Amino acid sequence: MAVSEQFVSGNRAARGDCGAATACDPRPLAIEATGLVKSFDGTRAVDGVDIAVPEGAIYGVLGPNGAGKTTTLRMLLGIIDPDVGVRRVFGHDRPHDIGRLIGYLPEERGLYPSMKCVEAIAFMGALRGLPLKEGRRRAEELLERHGLAHAASRQIRQLSKGMAQTVQLLGTLVHRPRLVVLDEPFSGLDAINQGKLELLIRALADDGVTVIFSTHVIHHAERLCEGVAIIAGGKVPYAGSVEAARDRIPAQVRLETRAREGAWLAALPQDTRRNGDFFQFALPESGVEPLLRQLIEGEAGILSLSIERAGLHDAFVAIAGEAAARQLAADSEGERA
Amino acid sequence: MTAATPSMRPRLSTIEAAWVIARRDFVAVLFSRAFLFFLLGPLFPVIVGGLAGSIGGQVQREAVSVEVGLAMSAADNAALIAARERLAPGLGGALPVLRPVGEAAANPGFDARAFMEARRGNYAAIVTGTLAAPELVGTPGQAARWRGPVALLAASAANAESIAFPPVRTNLVATSAASERATRIQTAQVAQMLLFLLTMLLAGMVLSNLVEEKANKIIEILAAAIPMDAVFMGKLFAMLGVSFIGIGVWGAAAWGLWAAGGAAITQVTGFDLANLPPPAVGWPLFGLLAVVYFAMAYLLLGALFLTIGAMANTVREVQTLSMPVTMLQLMVFFLAAYTINHPGSGVELAAITFPLSSPFAMLARAALEPTLWTHALALAWQALAVLVLVKGGSLLFRKRVMKSGGAGRARSPRWRKPTQATAAAN
Repeated sequence: MAVSEQFVSGNRAARGDCGAATACDPRPLAIEATGLVKSFDGTRAVDGVDIAVPEGAIYGVLGPNGAGKTTTLRMLLGIIDPDVGVRRVFGHDRPHDIGRLIGYLPEERGLYPSMKCVEAIAFMGALRGLPLKEGRRRAEELLERHGLAHAASRQIRQLSKGMAQTVQLLGTLVHRPRLVVLDEPFSGLDAINQGKLELLIRALADDGVTVIFSTHVIHHAERLCEGVAIIAGGKVPYAGSVEAARDRIPAQVRLETRAREGAWLAALPQDTRRNGDFFQFALPESGVEPLLRQLIEGEAGILSLSIERAGLHDAFVAIAGEAAARQLAADSEGERA
Repeated sequence: MTAATPSMRPRLSTIEAAWVIARRDFVAVLFSRAFLFFLLGPLFPVIVGGLAGSIGGQVQREAVSVEVGLAMSAADNAALIAARERLAPGLGGALPVLRPVGEAAANPGFDARAFMEARRGNYAAIVTGTLAAPELVGTPGQAARWRGPVALLAASAANAESIAFPPVRTNLVATSAASERATRIQTAQVAQMLLFLLTMLLAGMVLSNLVEEKANKIIEILAAAIPMDAVFMGKLFAMLGVSFIGIGVWGAAAWGLWAAGGAAITQVTGFDLANLPPPAVGWPLFGLLAVVYFAMAYLLLGALFLTIGAMANTVREVQTLSMPVTMLQLMVFFLAAYTINHPGSGVELAAITFPLSSPFAMLARAALEPTLWTHALALAWQALAVLVLVKGGSLLFRKRVMKSGGAGRARSPRWRKPTQATAAAN
C-alpha cells in the first residue's frame, strides 16, 4: 500500500486539495462522517471511514465488492450504528430524525409482489411521511413521466425486472428528498436504462438534490460525480473531487517517432516505457515544450505526440492498489456478464 | 423534484410510522387468499371433530348397553319392571333398562351363564332366581355396577304395597362458598384454554411475517425509513387486528352453530354454555378483560415470534427456532392452569409476574376473584414487557441482521473465494 499511503486518509485528503466536494467548497455539507468503524463478529468491515459530501453534489462511493460500501451507506443512513465514529446528515446525528429528507435505494431491490405500482410508490412515500393520497397522485405523475403509466395498476409481480427497479427508484424519489442515496443503482440495468438513470441523477443534482451512490463501475462515477470516496478493504484511502483524484497522476505523454535510435533518446524521461512504436512517459514537470525542442533538434522525426490526462481508473489503481483495481474490474465484468 | 412539502415534518413519530406499517400489513393480510384459508382452517377440525364425536357417541351407545335382561319367572319379571317404572322418576339413569330375555321365557332350563358366555344378546347382565334371592349374571364390572340397583328394584318389587315414598320438600339456595368457587374454576379453565388456543393459533401468523419481508428484500427499505421498533410495533398490531377479525368470524360462526344446534350439542357433549358459572367480576367485565388479556398474550408471544422471524432467513429456520418458544408457551400455560387451584400461592405470584404466563393467570383470577386493581397493575406490567420485548427484538435485528450486503455474497462463488472479511464487509 505504498502508493495509497502518500494520500492522507479520506476527508483530510479532500480538505487539502480545494477541488470540488471538499472543505474549500462553500456549500454546507449534506453528509459528514468521521472515523466510522464497524465490525461484525470480530471482523472489521469498515475501518475509519471519513466522508464529506456537500449539498447538491453527486458523490460516488467507489470500490470492489466486499470493500465496505454498503456497510458505510447503512451507517450513514442510520440503518446500523457505527461502533466508533460520528456521522451527520444535514447536521443531524440520527438520520431517522430527518427521514423525510432522505431517499434510499438499497442494492437488493425489494417490493411487495402483490402491490400495485401506484400503491407501492405511495407506500414508500408514506414511510417517509407523505400522505397516501398525495403519494398516489405523485406516483401516477412519476409513472407517466417515466413511460410507465400503463403499468400503474399492475401488480409488481407482473412487471419485468427493469420496470420493477424503475418503480422502486420512483418510490425512492416520490417524497421529494433532499438527499438520495443509491446503493449500486446501475446493477442489473441494461445500457439504455443505465443511460436513463444517469440522466435522472443529473436532473436531481440540477434541482439541488444531493445524490450519493455506490458503484464498482468506474465509468459511471467518472461521468457523473464531482466527488468520490474510494473504499478498499474497509478503509478510504481517498475522498475528494474526481478532478483532484485524477490530478494525483501526472498526464501521460504518448510519442511516436520515425527514427528508432539517436541522441534524442537521452532527452526522454527515465520512466519512459516503450510500447511497440510508441514511447510512453509521465509529462515532465517542466512541460512538453523543452522536450519537443530537443526531439526536433535530435531529428527524432515526430510522427505523433499526445498528452492524455489520467483517468479515474488510473487514479484508482494508484490510490487503492493493483489488487483492488483488478477486483474492481472483475466485478465490473461480472456485472456486464 | 426537490421541493419538500413545507407542511411536512422532518420525520414520522414512532406511532405514525408503526401505523403506516400496520395499515399496509393489515390490508395485505386481510385481503389475501391465505387469510381466507386461515379463517376456514379451524372450522375443518371442528366439523371433523363433531362428526367423529357424533359417530363415536353413537357407537359407544350401541356398544355399551345399559339393558339388563330378566330371566326369572314371568311374574317376577313383571314385578321388577313395574318397580322400575315406579322408581325411575326419582332415580332416572341410576336404574338399568329391564328387558325380559326372550330365550329364557321359552326354555325352562335356560342357562344365563352359558348364554352370556356364548356372547348372545346385548345385555349388560342377566337377572335370574327370584325376587327374594335374585342372582346377577355378568362380567365383574357390570355385576358391580348393577348389583345395588337390582337389589333395590327387587326389594321394591317384593314390597310394592308397603313402601311409601314421602315427598321431599326442597329449600333452595343460590350458591354456597364451596360450590361457587368450584363452579367458577370451570369458567376459569374454559377461559384459559380458549385464550391459549387462540393465542397459539393466531400468534403463529406473525412468525413468517418478517421472513417474507426479508425474502422480498423490503426490510432494508423499512429499516432505512423508520426505526425498527416502529416496524415491529406496526407488524404486531396489524396482526393483532387481523386476529380480532379472525376471532370475530369464528365467534360469529360459533354463535350461529350454537343458535342452530345448541340443544343437540348440549345433548351430545353434556356441555351447556348457559350453565357456565358467572365469573367473579361479572360477565361484561370478564369479557372485556378476556379481550385485553388476549391482546397482551398475543403481543407478548408475537414480539417473541417476530424476533425469531427476524433472525431467520427461511420458513424452515423459523419453524426450527420457534419450537422452543412453543414448548415454553405450553409450559407457561400449564403453570397458569396449575395456579387456578392454588390462589395466593407463590406459584400463582410467579405465574402473574412472568410476562408470558401473566395474561393466563390473571384471566383465571378474574373468574375467581372480584378484585380489580390487580388487573390494572398486571396490564401495566404486561404492556411494559411488550415494549421491552419489541425494543430488544428490534435492537437484536439491527445488530444481527443488517450486517451484509448482497453483492459479495451473490457473486463470490463465481469470481473469487470469499474471505471472512469480504463476507462481513459488504
